[in-house]
Amino acid sequence: MEQSTREAYGKTLVELGRQNPDIVVLDADLSKSTMTTLFAKEFPNRFFNCGIAEQNMIGIAAGLAASGKTVFASTFAVFAPGRCFDQIRMSVAQPGLNVKIVTTHGGITVGEDGTSHQSIEDLALICSLPGFTVIVPADATEATQAVKAAAQTYGPFYIRLSRPKTPLVYPPDYRFTPGKAATLREGKDIAIIATGIMVHYALEAAQNLAKDGIDCRVLSMSTIKPLDTDAIVKAARETGAILTVEEHLRRGGMGSAVAQIAAEHYPVPMSFIAIKDMYAKSGKAEELLKKHGLTAPDIESAVRSLIQRKKSS
Amino acid sequence: MPEEIDLTPTTSTGELATIAKRLRSHVIAMTGTAGSGHPGGSLSAADIVTTLYFKILRHDPRNPRWKDRDRFILSKGHAAPILYAALAENGYFPLQELSTLRRPGSSLQGHCDMTATPGVEMSSGSLGQGLSFGIGVALAGRLDARDYRVYVLLGDGECDEGQVWEAAMASAHFKLDNMVAIVDHNEQQIDGWNYEIMNLEPLAEKWKSFGWHVIEVDGHDFSQLISAFEKAKLIKGKPTAFIAKTVKGKGVSFMERNLDFHGKAPAPEEVKKALEELK
Repeated sequence: MEQSTREAYGKTLVELGRQNPDIVVLDADLSKSTMTTLFAKEFPNRFFNCGIAEQNMIGIAAGLAASGKTVFASTFAVFAPGRCFDQIRMSVAQPGLNVKIVTTHGGITVGEDGTSHQSIEDLALICSLPGFTVIVPADATEATQAVKAAAQTYGPFYIRLSRPKTPLVYPPDYRFTPGKAATLREGKDIAIIATGIMVHYALEAAQNLAKDGIDCRVLSMSTIKPLDTDAIVKAARETGAILTVEEHLRRGGMGSAVAQIAAEHYPVPMSFIAIKDMYAKSGKAEELLKKHGLTAPDIESAVRSLIQRKKSS
Repeated sequence: MPEEIDLTPTTSTGELATIAKRLRSHVIAMTGTAGSGHPGGSLSAADIVTTLYFKILRHDPRNPRWKDRDRFILSKGHAAPILYAALAENGYFPLQELSTLRRPGSSLQGHCDMTATPGVEMSSGSLGQGLSFGIGVALAGRLDARDYRVYVLLGDGECDEGQVWEAAMASAHFKLDNMVAIVDHNEQQIDGWNYEIMNLEPLAEKWKSFGWHVIEVDGHDFSQLISAFEKAKLIKGKPTAFIAKTVKGKGVSFMERNLDFHGKAPAPEEVKKALEELK
């Protein structure tokens, strides 16, 4: 079964809106794509379309939050934090206000819209801000729970969602806890730490590698900030090698943050699957993932060479 | 506190003038002691801030988070010293704290910090963001059926920022008649006169064309300011903007229209001279 994380978001917002009258939702003329339109239809008085003005939207969100509201502000990941970084920094992060920036169409799987619409820097930007909790759900199940957790937890959140429908990767009884990685597969030869929709490909690669007797642990690192230090150190100690996989630039994303933790606590050979220091172009999501080395076969070959390095180190 | 108590003080314009002098003296003393800060834009806004905090605002210094308080948002966050002076004179915190401005551990940060100072409604300093924040506060008031009013003070140079006009458009779109934007129009910004750096004129027409009710006012005339604030309360269906004509450095002869004092504190000799003038 496949569902997009943004669809899960739209439905969850409506559910939250029914439970909590202090939830207010903002959008910047993309409500049909971000799915906030579902909330707007049921709660027109608590929905404000700010037009194509993301900087102003973030300021409005901050003002509402300072007045006691739990505010969800949505647009494409390429426009927040990109278009309104300073507004997020001063009006939301510095005072630590209760604003939830939930963006959709993250990464290169936005596809055909091309370079301008492919958000591959957003995690680096948002993770640089003290006090932000940053979550990239791996599937619709987790997106639903992450949005609920954000609504229940005071403080600034950034949740990055995706455009395409993607497979469910968690069992039905999965419970998301902010700041905790989920171990989706135990293993002793290497740990693959993936985030967002790349978790699905990591699991596929691990399955294929198992046929050759390579035993991969797969961690879904859906909370990029704060990182689950314990899970990273445990993975390093117990498997001796870490491969990170993400739909983001290699520098400043999840992988570099994991490397920082590993380097400090338990250094092991690592390698990083991410978008190299370049921009992608138009194409179908699957074509782009293939072109930029973000598929299961890419993960498999990275695992094999990393295990070689581990053995020779 | 019971909501029926009228907190509007019956301060006369003469008393306001005396208070404004005192606030200006605080600005001079505190920036002088700190050795840095922005006296010029603090002094140009002094009479506007005085009118608000001693005549117009419904507020309770003993309860800075009172839900029905009127909100004053200082978008031009570098004018923090004048706000701190007004808050201290109202009893939000002891007057002695003013001398700690910009020191490590002080609740009085170089630019406004809502997490540090009782009575400061918004963290500001990076220009252009206060009006957007004000919209959020005004919308929350409407959602909660509270009748508080929102006052946002902007610099004129600040109007160079595109976000101000995004917010101006949105305020009119949302028909925020519970909000007033005051432009401290001292005609100067860091690098020179507005007309040299980035021409703003016709400024009043710009706000009008964005759907605002515009009142042009002398920002140093208490009668005009009080009357404008009272008139703004009667305007329905749209926000009101004041274009408040002011003088940068107002009240201290050698600081008036002197750009050196935009972001430079007075030296000890200058402090002495300025305080003498403000007696």
